[in-house]
Amino acid sequence: MTASEIWNIVMMQGFAGLSLFSVLLLMGLGLAIIFGQMGVINMAHGEFMTIGAYTIFLASTLTETYAPGLMPYYFLIAIGIAFVLAFAVGWMAEWALIRHLYRRPLDTLLATWGLSLGMQQIFRSTFGAKEVSPTLPEWLMGSWSPAEGLDIPINGLFVLALTVLVAGGVFVMLYRSRWGLRVRATVANRTMANAIGINTKKTDRMTFAIGCGIAGVAGAAFTTIGSTGPTSGSLYIVDAFLVVTFGGAASLFGTVASAFGIAQAQSITEFFLTGSMAKVITLLAIITILMIRPQGLFALKVRR
Amino acid sequence: MTKLRHWLGTSDIAGIVILALVILVVMPLTADIFRLNLIGKYLTYAFVAVGLVMLWGYGGILSLGQGVFFGLGGYCMAMFLKLEASDPESTKIQSTPGIPDFMDWNQITQLPLWWEPFRHLPFAIFALLFVPTLLAFIVGFAMFKRRVGGVYFAIITQAVALVLTVLIIGQQGYTGGVNGMTDLKTMLGWDVRTDSAKYILYYANAILLFGAIFLCRWIQKSKLGTLLLAMRDKEDRVRFSGYDVANFKVFVFCLAAMLCGIGGAMFALQVGFMSPSFVGIVPSIEMVIFAAVGGRNSLVGAVYGTLLVNFGKTYFSESFPQLWLFLMAALFIGVVMAFPNGFAGLFEDFVKPWLLGKREKKPETPAVPPVAPVTMQDDDVSKTVTTRTVDSGDAVSAPTTGRMGPATA
Repeated sequence: MTASEIWNIVMMQGFAGLSLFSVLLLMGLGLAIIFGQMGVINMAHGEFMTIGAYTIFLASTLTETYAPGLMPYYFLIAIGIAFVLAFAVGWMAEWALIRHLYRRPLDTLLATWGLSLGMQQIFRSTFGAKEVSPTLPEWLMGSWSPAEGLDIPINGLFVLALTVLVAGGVFVMLYRSRWGLRVRATVANRTMANAIGINTKKTDRMTFAIGCGIAGVAGAAFTTIGSTGPTSGSLYIVDAFLVVTFGGAASLFGTVASAFGIAQAQSITEFFLTGSMAKVITLLAIITILMIRPQGLFALKVRR
Repeated sequence: MTKLRHWLGTSDIAGIVILALVILVVMPLTADIFRLNLIGKYLTYAFVAVGLVMLWGYGGILSLGQGVFFGLGGYCMAMFLKLEASDPESTKIQSTPGIPDFMDWNQITQLPLWWEPFRHLPFAIFALLFVPTLLAFIVGFAMFKRRVGGVYFAIITQAVALVLTVLIIGQQGYTGGVNGMTDLKTMLGWDVRTDSAKYILYYANAILLFGAIFLCRWIQKSKLGTLLLAMRDKEDRVRFSGYDVANFKVFVFCLAAMLCGIGGAMFALQVGFMSPSFVGIVPSIEMVIFAAVGGRNSLVGAVYGTLLVNFGKTYFSESFPQLWLFLMAALFIGVVMAFPNGFAGLFEDFVKPWLLGKREKKPETPAVPPVAPVTMQDDDVSKTVTTRTVDSGDAVSAPTTGRMGPATA
């Protein structure tokens, strides 16, 4: 094997890790807001991602039937719609369910699990039990080969770019906007935030809905990688929670770092072992580290 | 009898006796052997539910990985039964006779060393009791000593469930993979698939279950039980009183795990197979709902809850498969929002006062659950700035301030 071949393998392996990193981070970002900032265990988070995925599927089918000429552009618009839809459902879920349960986190867990079951059945009744995949626009297919023997899939690049965009957006919103200031104030000290005139209830609802919207975007992005079924969301949920917990619940930077660490660890072990063993070893490592350092990698220093 | 009464209480005795009548007399008389075997299967889940009452209802610790312990117990038993079922005589068509069929399919030619002890029933029984307990001890000790609890504990237990499922499915040659261990036939030469064996196993299972209920009831009535309750409600106060809270949590987690292990073993015996579909996250959360529907504080209620949810599941998934998940969703949400203490709570609040009222004085009016009205009211009030400090999300404890709770006379 020549040096350039080894280099290519390292590059492609590195990109596989990056690709997994963007998937994990995209899953974790919405949850980092909902669970990390608000402390709400949203077991239906995966289903909000599925809402986004089905939105893309619906948009692709509609565009294909009624406006085939728009096929190259629909995807970007549909991602926006996915955000809006998931946002709206999240808003309603907060209003109907979550807001009654802020003081009972364990019960929130059960209630949102119920919500996820209901949503799964709605998906199944609407779209059927079979997995579906949207027709992707041409420009998302194929791969980019900057050098001989080096292939980097475009959909992976697209998800990576989207992840960077969403992560940047969340960062700006949380740390540079009035809303973010209100969210962080509410997280740090709810009573005090109330006292200085922040409407924490409104903030909560908005925060939850935005987290769900981001989940919708994540689901939309995942349609470029895999197909969507009614129960797809439940596959992601534990991974998403682990990413957020491992990074340190209230720290956005921690979420990014933990997604990166988990993804690299898993893709490197996957190179040497079978997929399932790689997963087992990665998960065990996370669990062990969490047992030693329960607050996660980057804990926010708050007086409790 | 008086002593029994002392630590059980009259209504407890009545509840357990009625449950015993239902399980030991009514069910076997009315159901045919197929249905009875099905009920026996449900009753193995009841071990998990009873364990959850202790862990979650009494200890306030929610584990979403009880399926792990159920599965470990089940697999320990299944390994013993599988080895007995794969003697060289009945597996002579395999390329390596004398090892379980799934090993042969996966090109394993020798029984792995850690399978060897499972040739002996005493070891299998020892393992099914102590493997789950040991795992619970390790997880519990590591987490509770660091004062990790609540949602983080739930997430970690969930991750453990995921790890075990992936491990079992991935290591097909050693565990039977997705299909699990099937074709379990005899225990020490006794055919467990005959009707008479099914009757015996049903009763053995029921008696073990009552043993578990009595044990848990005894713990609840003891000082330990009181401490568990105190810990659930005000953990810090118990800690400041000089108790090491973590030890009690580890204990109750281990107890629940051991009960799950027994349930799993009885499951493997009665149903004749064990598979990873009882280990993962989904079954583990379903087991929580068994306890929640019956009443998270009531041992007897948890058994009824298990039976009810499972009957519902069997009936609906046969007749109206598309409705079942909606019903399950409604159960989860309803149990949390409307009646957090499950059927046992409804019984305590409505039926019992009515029953007692017939014989004694006027029943007390059942306390209105304060949660829903208060939060609704909160929302309206939150528009004015002055009340914000009170409504800050203190929804449940707000009424005690007497400022905006429902009119408490």
